[in-house]
Amino acid sequence: MTVSQDAAVQETITPDGRTIGGVLMEMRNITLRFGGVVAIEDISFDIRQGEIRAIIGPNGAGKSSMLNVINGFYHPQDGEVWYKGAIRGPMRPHQIAAQGIARTFQNIALFHGMSTLDNIMTGRLTHMKTGMLSQSVWFGRAQREETENRAFAERIIDFLEIQSIRKTPVGRLPYGLQKRVELGRALAAEPSLLLLDEPMAGMNVEEKEDMSRFILDVNDEFGTTIALIEHDMGVVMDLADRVVVMDYGRKIGDGSPEEVRNNKAVIDAYLGVSSD
Amino acid sequence: MLYREAGDFKVSYQADQQTFPIRFDRLFFWALLASAYFVVPFFINDYWANAVLLPFLIYGVASIGLNILTGYCGQVSLGSGGFMAVGAYTCYKMMTAFPDLNLAFCILAGGVTTAIVGIMFGLPSLRIKGFYLAVVTLAAQFFLVWMFNKVPWFYNYSATGMISSPERTMFGYAITGPNATPAATYLFCLTFLVVLAFLGRNLTRGSVGRKWMAIRDMDIAAEIIGVNPLMAKITAFGVSSFYVGVAGAMIFSVYLGAVEVTEAFGIQKSFLLLFMIIIGGLGSILGSLVGAAFMVLMPVLLKNIMVNSFGWAIDIAAHFEFIIIGGLIVFFLIVEPHGLAQLWRIIKEKMRLWPFPH
Ligand SMILES: Nc1ncnc2c1ncn2[C@@H]1O[C@H](COP(=O)(O)OP(=O)(O)O)[C@@H](O)[C@H]1O
Ligand SMILES: [Mg+2]
Repeated sequence: MTVSQDAAVQETITPDGRTIGGVLMEMRNITLRFGGVVAIEDISFDIRQGEIRAIIGPNGAGKSSMLNVINGFYHPQDGEVWYKGAIRGPMRPHQIAAQGIARTFQNIALFHGMSTLDNIMTGRLTHMKTGMLSQSVWFGRAQREETENRAFAERIIDFLEIQSIRKTPVGRLPYGLQKRVELGRALAAEPSLLLLDEPMAGMNVEEKEDMSRFILDVNDEFGTTIALIEHDMGVVMDLADRVVVMDYGRKIGDGSPEEVRNNKAVIDAYLGVSSD
Repeated sequence: MLYREAGDFKVSYQADQQTFPIRFDRLFFWALLASAYFVVPFFINDYWANAVLLPFLIYGVASIGLNILTGYCGQVSLGSGGFMAVGAYTCYKMMTAFPDLNLAFCILAGGVTTAIVGIMFGLPSLRIKGFYLAVVTLAAQFFLVWMFNKVPWFYNYSATGMISSPERTMFGYAITGPNATPAATYLFCLTFLVVLAFLGRNLTRGSVGRKWMAIRDMDIAAEIIGVNPLMAKITAFGVSSFYVGVAGAMIFSVYLGAVEVTEAFGIQKSFLLLFMIIIGGLGSILGSLVGAAFMVLMPVLLKNIMVNSFGWAIDIAAHFEFIIIGGLIVFFLIVEPHGLAQLWRIIKEKMRLWPFPH
């Protein structure tokens, strides 16, 4: 906790030349229980402006639960969430989305009845404010808003190289592309903080490389802060600036990829647990 | 090939967002609309108005309404009959309490009241889903019909318990009552349908429609990307019930002229509307209209063929109608949940690239 407050004042330049700013989000002593199961036990860590923060750990460690706490889907029994310098009170997930936190899901959660374009446009909802009355008339404000946001959605489509599946219903897309569309939907929100829950799970090597490139580009070009969960240690080493390691709901390590890799507790936790 | 999309490239997002992006469709639509206004009124007679055109136009409004709730927002309703009754009785009370009030206004008031009632019955949808919500709306259906039967204030203490619509005019033409001409009632209903279909299409193609569809497809993900589920569901119930209420008001005032609630707005009407959107296509405004046309036309057609051409008894023909409708519903639910609208889209897709499908 005190460490992160120090971090708030300093600005760091990464080896590859990106600027990491002050603390964007800070979790303080978060505890989350489901009945008798303690999914998260007294965990504190912070996420700094502009960094790529990885959360790793074996299955069931509580990583997804942590993202669910961050975007307000789960409410921790204990602890505080600080975001953009203020403590966050009880909020519904859609209010938190409006504050600029977007995410993808471990099991793809696209809108299956809609096309790629519509999924991405849905991601822009927090930027679309015309009321129902103007919408029902369409011509004028609603159409202008739709066109502006469509232009933004098209930029994301170009960025992710999914032009050819723009009008395809997402249910018909192969798994790897669905993951990419889901990333697009999250990016459409122009989030300050992007949460990615195992964005490369189930992908082949080539797809993983593509996805890694997109994640790095998002962070680099738009300066988006990213917190991601990933199993593949190689990927984590390549992408992350700092890593939180979780095991059985507790934090067993926190630091740069090198520090974490050489951490005794981390090595023990991963012994026998293949980090595929 | 006259009909094709290939070679029809869009140069702006605006052009790509049109309701009928293909030029041929657009021309066809305008021609259809023009003849609906400028040709049909000169040829319409009582039979066509009452057997085909009025029911199509009015059920078209109702089925767009139900499709917004069920097809777009994914909330099943078995209460449409009861909601139509709310529109009808509001319209009746307004017409009789304020004789100088414009008919269109009474009908819209029916829609607004129904929207409020719909939202009330829709509130439980925040907690309960699917089958259980269907049961709540079913309860609404029975409760509303029971209430309109039991509380004499609603039918102005008339001895029969029926409500009947007094004569009202628009621009000097009688729209309700015995002096109304088929052309006048037809144009009146047509205008309601055209305006409401336009508004419905606009609502469903923009961000409101995407909120509804997001809730339908995956409500948790929808909330996490910023959809307020309460607002999305309440607006869907409100807008949908408005349409259904307007349709109920029109059935009463313009189409039937006098109604008895159990007969005109019973549970069978809720099912009729559901069949329309299932056969026409869930989540499609065009599908709502196609479904309404189908469910209105098919009995007329079947009766003409079986009774008049084959000389079958009327009751046998009626049984056949049930069998055919039942079969179609099973077919569409299993094979093509997006209904006739989707079949048409698939045919178009095949046609527009023909003869080179790649
Ligand atoms: N909604 C829930 N209800 C009950 N238990 C849950 C729920 N979500 C997660 N858990 C439990 O919390 C623990 C952590 O799960 P999770 O956060 O999904 O782990 P990870 O993402 O690290 O694999 C698991 O034991 C899991 O069973
Ligand atoms: Mg997980």
